[in-house]
Amino acid sequence: MKDIFTPDMRLSDMIDMNYSLMQVISRMGMGLGLAGMSAGEACRQCGLDTHTFMLVCNVYSFPEYVPSQEDIAAVDISDIVRYLRGSHAYYTGRALSNLESSFNCLLEPCGDGRKAAIMKFFVDYKSELEKHFAREENEVFPYIEALQNGRRPEGYSIDQFEEHHESVDEKLEDMKNIVMKYLPSECDSQMRMWVLVSVYGLRDDLRRHTYVEDNILVPAVRNLENDGE
Amino acid sequence: MENRKSVALIVPSDIVARGLGSILEESGEFHVEEVFHDFSKAAESRLRGLDPDVVVIDPVVLDFKSRREGRNMLLDICDSIVIALDGPGVTEDVLKLYDGSVSLYDRQADLVRKLHGALDTKQPEAVSDGGELSAREKEILVCVAKGMLNKEIADKLNLSIYTVITHRKNITRKTGIKTVAGLTVYALLNNLIDMNSL
Repeated sequence: MKDIFTPDMRLSDMIDMNYSLMQVISRMGMGLGLAGMSAGEACRQCGLDTHTFMLVCNVYSFPEYVPSQEDIAAVDISDIVRYLRGSHAYYTGRALSNLESSFNCLLEPCGDGRKAAIMKFFVDYKSELEKHFAREENEVFPYIEALQNGRRPEGYSIDQFEEHHESVDEKLEDMKNIVMKYLPSECDSQMRMWVLVSVYGLRDDLRRHTYVEDNILVPAVRNLENDGE
Repeated sequence: MENRKSVALIVPSDIVARGLGSILEESGEFHVEEVFHDFSKAAESRLRGLDPDVVVIDPVVLDFKSRREGRNMLLDICDSIVIALDGPGVTEDVLKLYDGSVSLYDRQADLVRKLHGALDTKQPEAVSDGGELSAREKEILVCVAKGMLNKEIADKLNLSIYTVITHRKNITRKTGIKTVAGLTVYALLNNLIDMNSL
């Protein structure tokens, strides 16, 4: 049987199968207090579209899960945007700042010059990522909201977003390699592993996030654009 | 079958593409995987996936200004040997930038020999990863860390851009680091540069 989550499953069972779903659940605005409920029930309680929630959980957990045309057609775009906004808030508000303080600790024994160079690399990456998110928050999401309200803003389309949606993966990958292979031996190895686990976690999460944007949000908004024509 | 070398053609003329294709196939030593009639984004991504042993390109598919850059553009896409097709509108200095060239008037034996010749001279240095950087690679890494462009590095070290790009690919392969910012950190951590030289 193909691994897939269905609305009759309890949230707690889904989390047991993939604990990183806790992030998805919280970004969708659900608390762990609902974990004992079935996914469908929890969605009704929070005013979320069950299909959209299940779709996000499935693509988040099963890399081989590819959304079908019907999946896309039935998606509630507002809930996707809600999820994406929640992810942005998590990355900028928590994940990146936690990583930054772990880096600060890890690099303490490196000496000022080296520490400053690596921190600069991290901070540059962080602000690049924040700019990337800000563009989505300030351009793309308002555009989508306008479309949903039946307006078609001039001079923008989701194609432009897709075209400029560049990868934010490379620097993070470099960072992982630097921490893994090139830090001076003075750096604490437990701390180093801890930082690596966070970097891997962030990387995987960002990849799923980008997947949702490129393979659910973009085609769904394109449908919406075509409907309005 | 397996030891036939895979070939991709980027040739706008169907007549030439089919002719070249059947000559190469007939030799039993090459297999034409795919023919592209232009160098579009779609062709680019297909090539990336195919990564053929040999690409034969008619430089006229590139606009005049980028013909000289054609070799380097392909270098970013695949690790293939790139052979230029000599013809009207292709000058000697452009041909020189490729790994080899063939002419419309070559006989089958010459074509096969030229393709093999180019394959044999392919630099073998790109294979190992995780190894130590060579002295030359370190030198180039320092330039990259200082923010120099490939062209500037080539001029400074008296190398072709093609060679600089090959070195850069090898640096990335060995270190696992792709971005300039990341390479700068690597260079600092390995004491190849100091903070003040940035």
